[in-house]
Amino acid sequence: MLLATRDELCSGCRTCLVACSLQVYGVVNPKKAALGIAAHFPAPGRYSVITCSQCGTCAEVCPLEAITRRENAYIIDERICNLCGLCISSCPQEAMFTHPDLSTPIKCILCGECVRYCPRQAVYDLHGEVSRK
Amino acid sequence: MTTSMPGYAGRLLYVDLTSRQWETRPLPGDLAREYLGGRGFVARLLWDEVPTGADPLGPENRVVLATGPLTGLFLPCGGKLHLGAKSPATGGYGDANIGGHLAPELKGAGYDGVVIQGRSPQPCLLVIEDDAVRFMDATPWWGQGAIESEARLKAELGEAFQIMTIGPAGENLVKYACISHDFGRQAGRTGVGAVFGSKRLKAVAIRGSKDIPVFDARAAQAEGRRMYEVCFGKPGFEEWTPYGTAGVTDWVNEVGAFPTRNFQTTYFPQHTEINGRKLKERILVTDKGCFGCPIPCGKYSKVKVPRGMAYVEGPEYETIALMGGNCAVATIEEVGYANYIADELGLDTISGGNVVAFAIECYEKGLLTEAQVGRKLAWGCLDSLVFLLEKIARREGIGDLLAEGVKVAAAVIKGGSDKFAIHVKGLEWSGYDARYAPAMMLSYMTADVGAHHNRSWAITYDVAMGRKSLEGKAEKVVELQHIRPLFDVLGLCRFPWVEIGFELENYAAIFPLVTGWNYSWQDLLRVSERIWNLTRAFSAREIDHYGRAFDYPPPRFYEEPVPDGPAQGQLIPKPQLDELLDRYYRIRGWDEGGLPTREKLQELGLQFVVDTLGPKLS
Repeated sequence: MLLATRDELCSGCRTCLVACSLQVYGVVNPKKAALGIAAHFPAPGRYSVITCSQCGTCAEVCPLEAITRRENAYIIDERICNLCGLCISSCPQEAMFTHPDLSTPIKCILCGECVRYCPRQAVYDLHGEVSRK
Repeated sequence: MTTSMPGYAGRLLYVDLTSRQWETRPLPGDLAREYLGGRGFVARLLWDEVPTGADPLGPENRVVLATGPLTGLFLPCGGKLHLGAKSPATGGYGDANIGGHLAPELKGAGYDGVVIQGRSPQPCLLVIEDDAVRFMDATPWWGQGAIESEARLKAELGEAFQIMTIGPAGENLVKYACISHDFGRQAGRTGVGAVFGSKRLKAVAIRGSKDIPVFDARAAQAEGRRMYEVCFGKPGFEEWTPYGTAGVTDWVNEVGAFPTRNFQTTYFPQHTEINGRKLKERILVTDKGCFGCPIPCGKYSKVKVPRGMAYVEGPEYETIALMGGNCAVATIEEVGYANYIADELGLDTISGGNVVAFAIECYEKGLLTEAQVGRKLAWGCLDSLVFLLEKIARREGIGDLLAEGVKVAAAVIKGGSDKFAIHVKGLEWSGYDARYAPAMMLSYMTADVGAHHNRSWAITYDVAMGRKSLEGKAEKVVELQHIRPLFDVLGLCRFPWVEIGFELENYAAIFPLVTGWNYSWQDLLRVSERIWNLTRAFSAREIDHYGRAFDYPPPRFYEEPVPDGPAQGQLIPKPQLDELLDRYYRIRGWDEGGLPTREKLQELGLQFVVDTLGPKLS
């Protein structure tokens, strides 16, 4: 699968963020999500969904080689990562995040939970392998 | 921090704006178990914290903000924040409710609720960022519009903050000033914005990063998934969402309940020009959802009228009813523009629409003159609306009187205007004329905050059970008055249940997985009944001779038959109103004067109310 977005469908509800944190970290916390929503209000009045494109820039720049590709997703090895932050500042999508509780950046692992529960199908699987429930 | 109470952040924040001191206190376990959250916390904390006889606009009044145990979780529509105060509009219990993203943010900052008292020496902002609380000078923002202030504060503090603001109406203590958030959502009713203004509190900004503790996270996740999937499968998921609340406009006209020209009649011939379809076709920019919502009612729009261009969230049904039909404004663009003006000024569009319509009718009847008002007033005239709304928000000229609401304005204007001052308890009537709907009428008469529909939206049951019939109506109103406010207790929006038929059992199923408490749905309803009796008692404590006399609609609704439309000829004569009240009090276990009996209060665990109200009770 590969995440893609239709920004014009997003209503800014952040269900995707909660679904993500719960699936990946086992906690309810939208601040621990591997995607983001930017709201552009009062004008022009739209949302944009920020998702990882699995472009691999993070792996390229990681000085410790802590990020490697497994199947379709780039995954951070938390035993190696020292949270230097280079991947975060290098991410072309600005789709890597941090949280004070966590010792590595937050990065999409392509679990598909956001796709399954985005009510609007604003986040979807470009390959059509995963779809909204 | 860890908590011994899953479903809760485990702390309350107490803020004194006079001294600029704050402290956190552990959330009392008995408060959580007996009142659950949201509206329950608001009701009990106001009872405990507000001194009897407090001036609603004085420093001793409290504003309580509260989340619920289901706020901020992975389930549909857990994005509601409840807030309340002793109401400047009614002098009794007041509350309001707001969606957007405030409540999850507050809970994520580690607070189930905030209790604010005092009065800041100068305009201030309260900034809550996880464990840090600070006060900022709000002088640069004082006088600015509510939405403009939010945009500027986001630019200053950061996009990640969720912000609630007041506009000039709140600053100037207009009795129906609202609180605004997320560029167009409001805690609209009972004058909570004026209470903010009286405390010189321009805004509250919140940012939280903590996990919300859940009793069994994996089981709650599975249940949350199932709940979303049930919503996705409902026909209304696809059919209701595109129009949101505006979608009900045609139906309300068809059943003869649409407020038109200050409730002179109940059918607006141009209603198809201001309905959900027109909104979607002509002005919609994007759907705008609150936290966790699969069925966003928020319709964000862009309107152009000769006066100007504006972005506005809405107009929602209530605004369409009260600023559209009730002021006879007949284009969706004009209703949207009036909505925008009210939002920036920080005025509740429901009360605001009532007050403007009341003023136009007074003008029409010669009770207000052009000299008194400062211009001609006319139905369907956007300029009349905007003129009055701005005068009200700044308390200039006639606006100073109208800022008090229709009850007070009618007492000053006289000339029989009290007959068409459309309110109960001092709170203006929302968007359903009930002369041909006894259960809806009783709902408005007995709603604890005044004439608001959200405690019991019974009009659909009037249609289903027989429009004239009183049979079973009081029972239905009591039932709804326990169900609907329970959403405000749990920290939820009720729309999945109301609008797409999402079953109530779903909430009962997830509650124990979140809290670890084995409450049945009936147990939860019992809590809701406890709160209903407590809010009634609060008003009885604060208002002399409170009771039955406060439960009647304005004379227009029992003396003037609807002149035309589907409800032509209808009204509910006073003896029938009394019959409804008698039945209602009896079902509730209240005396015929409309106060809870000692036995009822004791049965609900409210002995402290008996101790306080003592001689007032039978």
